[in-house]
Amino acid sequence: MTSLSTRHIPDRLQSPMTRATRSWEALLLLVAIAIFIANSLASPYFLDPWNLSDASFNFTEKALIAFAMAMLVIAGEIDLSVASIIALCSTVMGAAMMAGVPVWGLVALGLGTGLACGAFNGLLVAGFGLPSIVVTIGTMSLFRGLSFIALGDGAYTGYPAGFAWFGQGYVWWVFSFELVLFVVMALLFSILLHRTNFGRLVYVIGNNATAARFSGVRVDRVRFILFLLTGLMSGIAAICLTSRLGSTRPSIATGFELEVVTMVVLGGVSILGGSGSIPGVVIAALVMGLVTFGLGLLNVPGIVMSIIVGALLIGVIALPRLWAMWRR
Amino acid sequence: MSILKKALTTAALASILMAGAAQAETKRIALVVKALGIGFFEAANKGAEEAAKELGDVEIIYTGPTDTTAEGQIEVINSLIAQKVDAIAISANDTDALVPTLKKAMDRGITVISWDSGVAKEGRQMHLNPSSSALIGNTIIKLAADHLPEGGEVAVLSATTTSTNQNTWIEEMNKVMGNYPGITVVGTVYGDDLADKSYREAQGLMQTYPNLKAIIAPTSVGIVAAAQAVTDAGKVGQVNVTGLGLPSEMAGHVKSGASKSFAIWNPIDLGYAATMIAYNLNTGKATAEPGAEIPMGRMGSAKLDENGEAAMADPFTYDASNIDQFSSIF
Repeated sequence: MTSLSTRHIPDRLQSPMTRATRSWEALLLLVAIAIFIANSLASPYFLDPWNLSDASFNFTEKALIAFAMAMLVIAGEIDLSVASIIALCSTVMGAAMMAGVPVWGLVALGLGTGLACGAFNGLLVAGFGLPSIVVTIGTMSLFRGLSFIALGDGAYTGYPAGFAWFGQGYVWWVFSFELVLFVVMALLFSILLHRTNFGRLVYVIGNNATAARFSGVRVDRVRFILFLLTGLMSGIAAICLTSRLGSTRPSIATGFELEVVTMVVLGGVSILGGSGSIPGVVIAALVMGLVTFGLGLLNVPGIVMSIIVGALLIGVIALPRLWAMWRR
Repeated sequence: MSILKKALTTAALASILMAGAAQAETKRIALVVKALGIGFFEAANKGAEEAAKELGDVEIIYTGPTDTTAEGQIEVINSLIAQKVDAIAISANDTDALVPTLKKAMDRGITVISWDSGVAKEGRQMHLNPSSSALIGNTIIKLAADHLPEGGEVAVLSATTTSTNQNTWIEEMNKVMGNYPGITVVGTVYGDDLADKSYREAQGLMQTYPNLKAIIAPTSVGIVAAAQAVTDAGKVGQVNVTGLGLPSEMAGHVKSGASKSFAIWNPIDLGYAATMIAYNLNTGKATAEPGAEIPMGRMGSAKLDENGEAAMADPFTYDASNIDQFSSIF
């Protein structure tokens, strides 16, 4: 009986400190800091508050959607129609602007259209039980198709001066409205996902939707709300982007959905659902913004840039797995 | 102050000034294109490098997004603003969406011009069109007339009845018909920029007008289809196909003789001219105002109209002598 077992059974959880330092977010933060330092050394133009402020526009709009997308992915769903929702919101706002609707009306319409698109996705997924990837690939074509019908190869231009503030205005010094919005939304979504009952339910559904349903969780209602939220955030992103571009074309925000999903996955959200965090997504957004801006300053061609971002994504995701295999 | 001290101060001052001058000497001009990896723009970059070599103190930054989006170009422009480049010459993916960012660039003292595909007036100092409607209209009839010294019947194969570009060019062509005596335009047909319809319309022209000497197709789809129709009808040498086309698509027909020559803008000249203009505006050798003439090196000078737009030159003629060089480019 002496050789019974030498297996180590922990009698307590790791201390919060240990957990924090070994977490995905910590690894990602290290990557972000390394990139920041590398950029400062590589280009004399990098460490300039105004340049960094300009660079933040490269990721703020996508990150706003990524927060909601992260929750959706944690719950085991996905929304690939977000970029097309932006196009439709922007088109609706453009048409309203031509009809003389004031700035507050444009904002309301942008948010309303985003919510409506989200509700449509949510209804198909949560209401009719269709797989979200199929539904949102469909609505991806549908929403953008509608803006193409409305606009063709034309464009809406001439937004009122007050509308420009959302995408071009500064709250204080170098802190743009978009950057402040990014910080505020990061806090709100952190609280929602990590500090509320609703947030817990998102994880529960992502880990085991059937068990959640049998435990009395109103799974479909949570899913519907998550799609609404993603639609709303896309509406907000549409307001920012339209204001920043000062115009609407049906090709607006093409390809954003993949960059949003990349941010979410890089942020440590499991694509299979059930785990992930908002701070992770925030750092991932910063990493992507820093990488593209740093490479841009060195005039690295965009094609090489996509290769580097791709390698970064695979690298950051593969490293922990390799690390775990090596330890075993 | 002793003489020595004075001399030293002067020397120090001079060296500082010279250092400053040396730094200010190299002008960094960014050639921003719709997307990287497109032959047309790679050729424009060749022209820009040629201009840089000629000017001596210019560094070209050739850049652009991976795909043809306005958002991608804005990211590129932001990083160029951050690098404090001296000038940006852009072929825009969107007329309007780039305006706020380019305005910011101009606010920070960067010279901004657009070329090939323009930016709205508020977003640039001037726009360089590869050519103008009047020049194109004249070129397409001249190409046909050059090979018809005794005159003869020609016909036009256009895109759709509502194609603004083609209609304008044909209108301009009709204005200058008086300069080409003996040439008569017997008809205009529309191939709708569809390969098969253009082919049938070209066949129809040859049947309706047995004495037809040339088909003018001011559309890249139509010209290829017409050349094919002439080849298939066995009328190579009898009916000459000309107009506007792409060298890569027309190479075979030029070699077979179905098309003796055709025209389109030369991207090398365009990149060269854009760089020259950006340089001259940035160094204060010219100002962008209506009516101004901006020198473009070997391309002559660009005269700005009231919208701040200028036409570079006649479309460039491609024939058997240069088709191989350009067919690999675009």
